[in-house]
Amino acid sequence: MGQRVDIIGTLTAPLIRQNPVTLQILGICSALAVTTSLATAVTMSVSLTVVLTLSAVIISLIRRHLPDTIRLIVQIVMVASLVIVIDQVLQAYFSEISRDLSIYVSLITTNCLVLGRTEAFARHNPPLPAAVDAFGNGLGYSVILIVLGGIRELFGRGQLFGWQVLPLADAGGWFSPLSLMLLAPSAFFLLGGVVWAVRSVLPEQAEAPEHVPPATVRAAE
Amino acid sequence: MADTDRNPWRRFLALPNESRTKTLAMAFLVSAVCALMVSGATVLLRPIQAANRAAEEQARIEALVRGVPGMADLLEQSGGSLSTVVIDLDNGRAAADVTAATLEATLADTQNWTTLEQGADLAGLGQRPDYAQVFLLRQGEAISLVLLPMTGQGYGGRIDAILAVEGDMNTIAGIAITQHSETPGLGGRIEDPSWQASFPGTQLHDDAGNLRFATARGEASGIHQVDGITGATRTTRGISNMVNFWLGPDGYGPLLRAIERGEF
Repeated sequence: MGQRVDIIGTLTAPLIRQNPVTLQILGICSALAVTTSLATAVTMSVSLTVVLTLSAVIISLIRRHLPDTIRLIVQIVMVASLVIVIDQVLQAYFSEISRDLSIYVSLITTNCLVLGRTEAFARHNPPLPAAVDAFGNGLGYSVILIVLGGIRELFGRGQLFGWQVLPLADAGGWFSPLSLMLLAPSAFFLLGGVVWAVRSVLPEQAEAPEHVPPATVRAAE
Repeated sequence: MADTDRNPWRRFLALPNESRTKTLAMAFLVSAVCALMVSGATVLLRPIQAANRAAEEQARIEALVRGVPGMADLLEQSGGSLSTVVIDLDNGRAAADVTAATLEATLADTQNWTTLEQGADLAGLGQRPDYAQVFLLRQGEAISLVLLPMTGQGYGGRIDAILAVEGDMNTIAGIAITQHSETPGLGGRIEDPSWQASFPGTQLHDDAGNLRFATARGEASGIHQVDGITGATRTTRGISNMVNFWLGPDGYGPLLRAIERGEF
């Protein structure tokens, strides 16, 4: 019973409360790069979740026999191989989306999220909790990516998954697309907004300020 | 205990993690498993990827040709499937070691260009590449249309064009000017569809097989001529010279004969 509650907790914690992107600020680069449309965001989310879960399981399986001196390199090699396999599968079966994602699939290898979870969690836990934790983190990452991708595609092109949702002004509708939404900075703004929103609802996530502003301002001499 | 000792695998697992043997063995095992995984995926999926790439290439060629004004309608009318081939202009056969992807790099090397002699240099180019990429439109096995990129010298500078020749290798199906710097309103009218409309149906050779293509002064008279453009004599002569050079023995002549013989 206790085990079951624990698993559900492990799975749901990373969705909002411990979200890897908004709380731990991991995996930002890809979150910014691939969210110009919903389709690429979803593909990237699925790929990352699969890689993360599989690598967590593998690392967790060999955790008792992993020499400490080479553990990082073993983890990276495992992750890199899984990423290459996923990349090949995408190139074979989803060649168009794979072209849109270009190098960002390969960059899953360097996504801090993957190494972070295998190093912090999978290395100390049995396969099932490791898999659940990894899957949960993958979902947490996916939630943010899909939210960003949805907002950017909706306001940048008036589309969702390529379907015209808002009628464009060019085609006789009323919506003129905000092309800023398709540029990288807009992802920063949106992500900042999401982080702010989450931390307003859950104030315990806010970090303590690193610097306290001086109480009185002295005039420079 | 003795049981586990006899089993080398268990003995290996029982080693302390920090021992050198185990570290090396783990490193080796992990690399071996990963190598298997990666090469397995690559080998198994390669045929599908190759098919994808071929389809992509095909789409790219079609987009390229359809992007040329005038060629899209032509392709629309004739149907069939478009393919591309890099040919060796010296013998009119498909080039053995040059592909569409490597063509640009090959032509960057001056060794792959031939200097033209005074008499043979009709189009005023000075030299011509040894390799060229042409497009073939097939209906079933037979070639119904061949698109020949060509370059000539006009009044204001270079003229780049694509000439479409029908499957009999004698009837012009159309022309598209892809780049020119002729005087707007005079030579620049080679871009006009109304002028280009005099190309389709024009015959290249006479019954004896001699190249007879020419631009007329004014209206075309006869099946081997296309209309001239008033006030743009040098441009029209440039077009005529370009077609005559590129369909002649130093241009696509060998290719056209090879197609006629059914070698493609």
